Amino acid sequence: MIRPDAPILLEITNLHAQIDDQPILHGVNLTIRAGEIHALMGRNGSGKSTLSKVLAGHPAYTVTEGSVRFEGEDLLALSPEERARRGVFLGFQYPVEIPGVSNLEFLRVATNARRQQLGDDELDTFSFEDLVRERLGVVQMDPAFLDRSVNEGFSGGEKKRNEILQMALLNPRVAILDETDSGLDIDALRIVAGGVCQLAGPNNATLLITHYQRLLEAITPDFVHVMAAGRLLRTGGKELALELEERGYDWVDEELAAPRPASPVEAR
Amino acid sequence: MPTLSPLPPTARAPRGHDWLTALLKATAGPGGAAGSGADPLEAGREGARAALAHAGLPGRNHEAWRFTDPLPLTALAPHLLASPASAAPDQPSPLPAATGSTLRIHLDAPDTHARAAWPDGIERLEGEALRKAVLGSVLTDTGVEQEWAVALNTAIVPRVLALRVCGTVAPCLELVSQAGARGGVLPLRVLLLLEEGASLTLLQVHLAEGPSLTSVVMDIALGRDARLQHGLVARGVDEAALLAVTAVRQAAGSRWSQTSLCSGWGLARQEPVVLQSEGRADTRLRGLHWLEGHQLADTHSRMRFAGPEGSLDQLHKVVAAGESRSVFNGCVQVPRDAQRTHASQLSRGLLLSDRARIDTKPELEIVADDVRCTHGATISRPREEQLFYLRSRGIAAEQASRLLLRGVCEEVSAELPAAAGAWSPLSFLNAASQRP
Ligand SMILES: Nc1ncnc2c1ncn2[C@@H]1O[C@H](COP(=O)(O)OP(=O)(O)OP(=O)(O)O)[C@@H](O)[C@H]1O
Ligand SMILES: [Mg+2]
Repeated sequence: MIRPDAPILLEITNLHAQIDDQPILHGVNLTIRAGEIHALMGRNGSGKSTLSKVLAGHPAYTVTEGSVRFEGEDLLALSPEERARRGVFLGFQYPVEIPGVSNLEFLRVATNARRQQLGDDELDTFSFEDLVRERLGVVQMDPAFLDRSVNEGFSGGEKKRNEILQMALLNPRVAILDETDSGLDIDALRIVAGGVCQLAGPNNATLLITHYQRLLEAITPDFVHVMAAGRLLRTGGKELALELEERGYDWVDEELAAPRPASPVEAR
Repeated sequence: MPTLSPLPPTARAPRGHDWLTALLKATAGPGGAAGSGADPLEAGREGARAALAHAGLPGRNHEAWRFTDPLPLTALAPHLLASPASAAPDQPSPLPAATGSTLRIHLDAPDTHARAAWPDGIERLEGEALRKAVLGSVLTDTGVEQEWAVALNTAIVPRVLALRVCGTVAPCLELVSQAGARGGVLPLRVLLLLEEGASLTLLQVHLAEGPSLTSVVMDIALGRDARLQHGLVARGVDEAALLAVTAVRQAAGSRWSQTSLCSGWGLARQEPVVLQSEGRADTRLRGLHWLEGHQLADTHSRMRFAGPEGSLDQLHKVVAAGESRSVFNGCVQVPRDAQRTHASQLSRGLLLSDRARIDTKPELEIVADDVRCTHGATISRPREEQLFYLRSRGIAAEQASRLLLRGVCEEVSAELPAAAGAWSPLSFLNAASQRP
């Protein structure tokens, strides 16, 4: 839902970032207002996950230039846990397996960290179980997954559902979902899309990283961005996703090759 | 096996000579410090004392002690710790309350053993029965009688508890020792005979709070089809040392399952030695060493299959922080007769600091051809991706690493007998993640 007067949640300006001395992001600009759903598309390796991890505060990445403001504050100055508590949520493209750590306990500690930030009471084990069982319904996940170690031995689709479950519990302001739709069967895709729609509201926003039009049929994006060589090459409405589906990304090469007087950045 | 072979002749006195001499002197005399008059280990004592006096402390030339120098022991007061019951000034910290489903025995207070309310199925051996049990002991069978840690224990007159177990014992037997703040040496010996078909849950707890050596030798015989679920929680301090030898002989159909958690000791050495005398028995070993500062932990395990179709499932874990040092040596012997043996040995180390060190050495001696024996050793560092995943969910870095470490430890601690919960076996985690 586009409301030009809605407050800006996330404002990314000329963001440059690198990992292991390898520059990946070359000047990303993106403004996300409350209520909006943005889709981020682009070829493999174009830097989508890098952007998502930089936003979440992954310590392996260094921001070399630019800024990110979240609800008016300098997001980059915050630790990953502080970002999460304030409502930045990253659904991982590859959720991490953590043997020996119970999924239920993990979810409870995470939920309480967020609740504390929101000024809500911490939930004890019993009231948390009630909450988590209710939210399990959103992703139609078997409660048995709560008793297992975090993501350990989960199938690809189960891991993604677990990500959405976390999103449902953490109630984020900005949710960045990195290919949450990949590896899902048709039913799971519908469930995930339903979950995202259910959680999307006028006060929060979603950035969906995806390769497929499929997800965007279920979740109608307000904006579609195409990332190439570490920046956003083009922005459009939902029709841009359809166009990409038809034309592919060949045009990207032409556009990257064309001189861009506005920016000195070279494509790699 | 390395035994108390005499040192090459030199003009110098054996290592740690003065300390050993003082210790032997303090524990000499009829009845020694055992105090009970009748001394069941008397027969082997003179030999052990002579061997010890001659050999001194094991040094680098002792293969089994190559990485573990017992020299720091000589800083300890060379006398025995008094029994807690009779020693008021040494009152150690209070212990957690024993629950109704456990029977707690203080190994360091032998004068209380006779008064204990032994449950159905447990009989305490004394006098002639005890002497007979010692003679047929597992230590001789497994060849560990001659080893330094055992000889030391024998030489300095340990407090002895001997039990025969028949049938299924309902309560968990808790054998507890506590070396308080006052310095000294605490030698303990336990003989445990599980008759055919007997079943027991045992929790062994060794605590130390001051400059002390806890020397414990467990001598365990499992009859046919006997079951022993055996937990060991050992928690010390930097000034304390633990030398624990557990010799186990298993008859066919028996199952020995030991889970041990060891933390805090400046020096801890554990030697589980198992003999499956007829094969066809199950041995399950789970061990975790938690190390910080300059601590050193050494596990030398030895498993011998003397008959076919036996199994071993061994997992040894180490978490090493600071400048600590861990040694694991896992010997598995599968002679020709031990066909269709299944043995798996896995050691997993987690290095929390660049200055910590983990040495692992599997020693598989496999002669039989129709066997399945596997071993693996991994050493890893904390996973950055796991930490980030937890932090990205609002969990503070410190709590996140604690969760991760707990996950590592719980794989082992989950297998402790339920009664271990009262002893907070993972309490070391509470202070852990702050330390590098
Ligand atoms: N440690 C690293 N050192 C060098 N290059 C790296 C490193 N990590 C990632 N990259 C590179 O950064 C680029 C961007 O990767 P990123 O994961 O952001 O792509 P993506 O757009 O998410 O791709 P996909 O659609 O396949 O998920 C890739 O070319 C990748 O190889
Ligand atoms: Mg990606």
